[in-house]
Amino acid sequence: MTEKELEILRILEENARIDSSTLAKMTRISEEEVKEILQKLEKMKVILNYTTVIDWSKVPQAERVTAMIDVKVTPKRGVGFDEVAERIYRFPEVQALYLMSGAYDLQVVIEGKTMQEIARFVSEKLSSIDSVLSTTTHFQLKKYKHDGIIFEEVEEDRRIVVTP
Amino acid sequence: MSQVSVPTKNRLSSRVQEIKPSGIRRFFDLASTMDNIISLGVGEPDFITPWNIREASISSMERGFTAYSANAGVLELRQEITKYMYQRFDVDYNPETEVLVTVGASEAIDIGCRAILDPGDEVIIVEPGFVSYSPLVSMAGGVPVSVGTKIEDDFKVSADQIRDAITEKTKAIMISFPNNPTGAVMLKEDLQEIATLVEEHDLMVFSDEIYAELSYDHKHFSFAALEGMKERTILISGFSKAFAMTGWRLGFVMAPADVLAAMLKLHQYSLMCAPTMAQYGALEALKSGMDDVERMTQSYKQRRGFLVESFTEMGLACHMPGGAFYAFPSIKATGLTSEEFAERLLYEERVAVVPGNIFGAGGEGHIRCSYATSMENLQEATKRMQRFVSSYLGG
Repeated sequence: MTEKELEILRILEENARIDSSTLAKMTRISEEEVKEILQKLEKMKVILNYTTVIDWSKVPQAERVTAMIDVKVTPKRGVGFDEVAERIYRFPEVQALYLMSGAYDLQVVIEGKTMQEIARFVSEKLSSIDSVLSTTTHFQLKKYKHDGIIFEEVEEDRRIVVTP
Repeated sequence: MSQVSVPTKNRLSSRVQEIKPSGIRRFFDLASTMDNIISLGVGEPDFITPWNIREASISSMERGFTAYSANAGVLELRQEITKYMYQRFDVDYNPETEVLVTVGASEAIDIGCRAILDPGDEVIIVEPGFVSYSPLVSMAGGVPVSVGTKIEDDFKVSADQIRDAITEKTKAIMISFPNNPTGAVMLKEDLQEIATLVEEHDLMVFSDEIYAELSYDHKHFSFAALEGMKERTILISGFSKAFAMTGWRLGFVMAPADVLAAMLKLHQYSLMCAPTMAQYGALEALKSGMDDVERMTQSYKQRRGFLVESFTEMGLACHMPGGAFYAFPSIKATGLTSEEFAERLLYEERVAVVPGNIFGAGGEGHIRCSYATSMENLQEATKRMQRFVSSYLGG
């Protein structure tokens, strides 16, 4: 990957809304080159999506509950953990799935409207999968920081307007 | 009733009266009365000091490190500074005898001038430059001699320019690269010809390298790293710019032992020592802050690109600054003076910039725009400036 491609990735990781003419000035290449790089990175699936970080707790009609579930499974000969992982991540309520080292195998991050909804997912869908041995569910109580973004940050610009 | 006696004598020293108040003050007064200002006039990082540094300083207070430190600064900090400067910039100093922790780089310039200047000694100051150099030379009894750099030379100074300014009274040269306000940098070969001149005329050099870490295209080269120059250089730096620690007031100076001892004498009588809790923050900065420096430098570099390209697009000639966080475009095409431009821009578009003339010779016809502000601010500011400039260029 070239230096310019890396630079563009770093900028977009912070702000996906930045337009290509601004990106071009920031990286000092032409707008056409920026567009080519973006297309290439999208095609390579290096850039997968341009999303928005939203604090849903501030939206009354959109209450959500997030849980992390530690899952122990029996890996299968030949496919290891991949097959059971796929069975789990295909559920749309699964936000993230990781294979972990340590006391359990898979970590499932799941989002639902209510605790009941999540409880139902765990008992009806997750636990009923053959290779799942056990689950431990942890509910998130409050989001302080997510994807490197502090949710209640009040760091304003306290500098004086003109200084030498 | 007691009578109030009005002093009849002029109570302020003539030396102080001769010093003009900083031209930046007037702009600050103007700008601070207005709302909805976007300021490109701030000479400090827009980052808040990285948390690990703040945390280390808080912890030092919790543990009770609140007494005076050694006059020259906490020894462990001086050792870290020496190590850092050796690893980053290839200069080799003795932490016990050649390093002094100061209250900002400004103090270092002040006591450096007072340590080496006799009344009437001339100091050649490369301008545009930081506003304090010339007053500090004057207050130390010296005579500032300006040498102006130009946009055509990328605001570098040549040995010829300096040679023309040398007289029998010249004691020292004051340089600062990367430069505030021009953002200019000087590479090893640029500095080498000046070193030759310094040797020839037996001069000292003040090299203010406070922006060294903020070099975008080439690694910074320290003047003191040139052969034979360590013995003649007062090397000034600090934590303000690279580590976003302006309010901590913490700088340092490295100089040959005899010069450093003289500076230490002045420092201990006027300040005793730099604030101890700030020194512990700085220690943490050097031990684990380099990743933050890298992150901030990357961000400045992108904003530099955006701002300079935007100026070029709107028809203002602007060289690509190699360091610091300032662009210094020429506004001559608008037919306005620096002050007129800055004042009208402030009133008409509510964008604060600093007129170049206040930075001394060579500054007229330019404005200093700091890109140490968010991309959103830069986008809005350049939109407003584009509108402003086109009304002068298009007409």
